[in-house]
Amino acid sequence: MASITFREVEGSSLKYWLLFGGLGLFVLFGALAWNYMHHHGHVVTGMDNQIVWGLPHVFAVFLIVAASGALNVASIASVFNQKMYKPLAPLSAVLALALMLGGLLVLVLDLGRSDRLIVAMTHFNFKSMFTWNVFLYSGFFGLVGIYLWTMLDRSVAPYSKAAGTAAFIWRLILTTGTGSLFGFLIARELYGTSMLAPMFIIMSFAYGLAVYLMVLAAAYAWTGRALGDAVMLRLKGLLAVFVAAVLYFTVVYHLTSLYFAKMEGVEAFILRDGGIITTLFWVGQIIIGCVLPLLILLTALGKQRTWIMVACALIILGGMAQMYVTIIGAQAFPLDMFPGLIEKSSFADGQVHSYAPSVPEFFLGLGGVAIALLATTFGVKVLRLLPATLDDATVAKLEH
Amino acid sequence: MSEDKSIENTPSSPERRRFVGLAASAAGLSLAPGIMLMEVAHGRPEEQAASSAVRWGMLVDATKCGTGCNDCVSACSTENGWTPVAESQHKNQAPQWIRKLELQDPLTQFETNLPMMCQHCADAPCVDVCPTGASFKRADGIVLVNRHTCIGCRYCMMACPYKARSLVHEPLNDTQKADVPRGMGCVESCTLCVQKIDRGDGTTACVEACTASGHNALLFGDMNDPESEISKRLRELPTKQVRADLNLNLGVRYHGI
Repeated sequence: MASITFREVEGSSLKYWLLFGGLGLFVLFGALAWNYMHHHGHVVTGMDNQIVWGLPHVFAVFLIVAASGALNVASIASVFNQKMYKPLAPLSAVLALALMLGGLLVLVLDLGRSDRLIVAMTHFNFKSMFTWNVFLYSGFFGLVGIYLWTMLDRSVAPYSKAAGTAAFIWRLILTTGTGSLFGFLIARELYGTSMLAPMFIIMSFAYGLAVYLMVLAAAYAWTGRALGDAVMLRLKGLLAVFVAAVLYFTVVYHLTSLYFAKMEGVEAFILRDGGIITTLFWVGQIIIGCVLPLLILLTALGKQRTWIMVACALIILGGMAQMYVTIIGAQAFPLDMFPGLIEKSSFADGQVHSYAPSVPEFFLGLGGVAIALLATTFGVKVLRLLPATLDDATVAKLEH
Repeated sequence: MSEDKSIENTPSSPERRRFVGLAASAAGLSLAPGIMLMEVAHGRPEEQAASSAVRWGMLVDATKCGTGCNDCVSACSTENGWTPVAESQHKNQAPQWIRKLELQDPLTQFETNLPMMCQHCADAPCVDVCPTGASFKRADGIVLVNRHTCIGCRYCMMACPYKARSLVHEPLNDTQKADVPRGMGCVESCTLCVQKIDRGDGTTACVEACTASGHNALLFGDMNDPESEISKRLRELPTKQVRADLNLNLGVRYHGI
């Protein structure tokens, strides 16, 4: 295999510092939003006793799911021994860590008592999927960290495959855990199914790769390094397969539910009567998140860099819409305590619950995205993560 | 020695005898009811743990529950110090430990009224999902939230099939009660008036209010004791558990639903 040179991004240009400062500003906004919510309580958010998880969870779960997906490129290189992917692996691992960091921060800063984080780390209930996730997230940082070390330090390079395999298996379990946060809930109709675990895994493949491709293309374009079509076209083909799989899982999930009479109400809500939720499902999750990206990636448009980027952006937006429908939509539909009866109370029983996210919630979520990108921007400056060139000739040599 | 003997041999004066006798009976009279009441109400000293020999529960007779009557809800709010939803500035975010539910069959138009609150499940989903173990079930069947270890993640609210739990969304005012700790950012719900039970009152605020209103729709007691009033009534009346399909073994049973 031809050797490849990794080089840090110089990171001294005005453009670099503008990017760094801009992201830093959003991190600051996120911190201020947290401070505001923490000081006044959740009363300043759009969340209430019906919609208990709001926009911060949409951002947090998206970032966590995308984090495990961003590791895929590295996994393909190490676990499945695809030589072309090897130069792409270090960025993949760093991006995975950064996205996980952003997601977890949003998750913990949205706690009612975020000052009690230490309690969550010292008191465990092993029957809780949340507790398992605490270990899965910590383990992810540990394993991906070791994996990254084996990629960056030649003296431990022989352990790279073992570390990569461990990280790959761990990330599959982790996303199973994230999906099962919802899958293990009996109370709400749209949850309580093992479908959510594999569905979250395939979604992570798509969202993570879309984020990775955008970061990769941006890094190479902004540093003036060569990024050949060979890499982009291979990865966009893979992305199309993942997006098609997401669409397949979504269709099967809803078809199964539609077949059961007891699920007709909630399915009608999501698919037809749910207002903004229905719009987000059809326009956001299905058309923007799946159909349009597939049309771009599988046609001649997909051969152009710009259109691949458009497809990636659409997949990310569609992914956010999917998380919104999955998390908010399932809560918006009223619990059916007395099937067949009309329920009324002072606690919104029997009513569809509305939710309007507040500005601090939005900025807390954006803060998580910003800190993930900031960590990546910093990472490529201090570590040798990016190959000096990924032009077609260099990449072609790798495979021979 | 000789002194001791002389004291022993000295007969007590009749006045002294009478005094000791009176004092003893006075002490007996004042202590006995207390001891007897302790027996009856299962009040227990602080250092003694709750016992699984007891299972506190409630019977709701929906056929007696008054339309428009909100006495149980008001009593709960007064006893436990949460602001009634009508007085709250943020109604959607105001905690409601108990609420009145109006049900109607769309076909027959038949209407049912009942209070809905924590059902004190034996297999509580909120206890299962709580990451820190703050959500817990006491040995005597009461499901509670440890206010010291609740991190406000709200996973229990996602898991509860009865929407029984509320998050404290805003700073608390001075309506708080000394024996009912609450806190912003923590989740809370019906405690079956655990402070009253532990005091030995043997009932809850909502049950007292329902009885006082003359509806007598609520009955509280030890479901493990076959001789308790609630056990006797449960043997006689057909009752149901809400969402019995989930098989959670509820501490609150409904008649007339």
